[in-house]
Amino acid sequence: MQEFFNNSGLFFALLGAAIATLMAGIGSAIGVGKAGVAAAGVLAEEPSLFGKVLIFQLLPATQGIYGLLVGFLILSNVGLIGEPKDISVLQGMLYFASALPIAFAGLWSAVYQSKCAVAGISTVAKKPDQMGKAIILPAMVETYAILALLISILAIFGIAAM
Amino acid sequence: MQQEYTYAVARIRYRENKLLNDADLNTLLSAKNADAVIRQLRDKGWGDNTGTDDPDSLLRREREKVWEFIDEIVPDKSVFDFLLIPNDFHNLKVAIKSITRDMKPDDMLLHNATIDPMTIYDAVSKREYDSLPDFLAETAKQAMSVLLQTSDGQLCDIIIDKACMEYVEKLGKASSEEIIRLYCELFVASADIKIAIRSAHTKKRLDFIQRSLAACETLDVDRLASAASLSYEDVLKYLETTRYSSAIPAIRVSMSAFEKWCDDTITEAMKPQKWEPFTIGPVVAYLIARENEIKAVRMILSAKINGLSDDVIKERLRMMYV
Repeated sequence: MQEFFNNSGLFFALLGAAIATLMAGIGSAIGVGKAGVAAAGVLAEEPSLFGKVLIFQLLPATQGIYGLLVGFLILSNVGLIGEPKDISVLQGMLYFASALPIAFAGLWSAVYQSKCAVAGISTVAKKPDQMGKAIILPAMVETYAILALLISILAIFGIAAM
Repeated sequence: MQQEYTYAVARIRYRENKLLNDADLNTLLSAKNADAVIRQLRDKGWGDNTGTDDPDSLLRREREKVWEFIDEIVPDKSVFDFLLIPNDFHNLKVAIKSITRDMKPDDMLLHNATIDPMTIYDAVSKREYDSLPDFLAETAKQAMSVLLQTSDGQLCDIIIDKACMEYVEKLGKASSEEIIRLYCELFVASADIKIAIRSAHTKKRLDFIQRSLAACETLDVDRLASAASLSYEDVLKYLETTRYSSAIPAIRVSMSAFEKWCDDTITEAMKPQKWEPFTIGPVVAYLIARENEIKAVRMILSAKINGLSDDVIKERLRMMYV
């Protein structure tokens, strides 16, 4: 029991890395899938729009990458990648907390960005010349994933410097 | 969880570009003759490669193409029952009348329905009503026995039409899609209004009118029937108190002007579907828009064939979805 308690800092840190990767990844998978369905619909009618609709499909994929980045940073800071380190319970819990912004904002921003991307794909299907404007709208949703990523990264570096 | 139609809507969005708009209709109207209209339509992808220049075949093929496309993009066609069920009731009418008159029904049957028309024909001819779906079985039995007992074709029509309206109304109420609810309500209300107007003109008795009208949410059918039993002006006076007051100027012009008002009202109501990316609404709107388009082209072709002036047709052309 005492051994488990001593090592639970590492457990919480790993849980944080897992939740960041998992939730942001789920959001991206849902988002890319949803946008892909709409993209396939447009391609069935007009294959020449492949390049344009592919960009829309990839927009919700970034949250998964952000989750992966945060997960990787946590793993390397707690010594699960590279040199082993002693992590206290408090540090482990702080790493866990640092993963939460990208985990939740990543999941929901990817889902909602995909809705916006589907609408953008519809716009491009109808008016291919409006690609520039149509892509800005789902890209706006990305802002909130980036803000969450920023906080998660700042928190991880802050904990490492403690 | 509500089903999403993302794939179907994406394909519809592309196809919306190919719908005829008001300018296209004006171009068709300005064509020299029906052949020139057909040539222009072929350039826009209408018809198929058979090269037939028969207007009826062209329009029939176009309608078939619409439903082939819908079959491709929507796996469960039952969401469109509200559009197809009236064709089943039409086929029932044709089956009953052709059986009692010993005629062949082939040309009059509509194949775009929820049940194979020959299934209805066989069931009615063998009096095996149980082999029909519930929504048709009782109506078929009742209409057939009325026609055999009274030889009153009008009464038979009333029974079938009313059953059709009641079923469409039920489908509308059961739908979670606003555009379907609106379409079904307007389908029943406009049929009721047309019956009331015709009954007022032909001075039908109150019990006949009451038997013909189907209940709907936006009309008080008892008041409408009473008004129709009095006079045409009383019908309009009653309509002034309903949400159909804006249809009165069209009703005063003619029944076809009123039909145009109904089609335009639906077209106007479905315009927001152009921005809806996930629901069945845009698919329904596309189907109705295509139907209106085919109706408009049929009018233009008949005008060209019969030498009617462009102005007469322009007045009757429906508002286009795009």
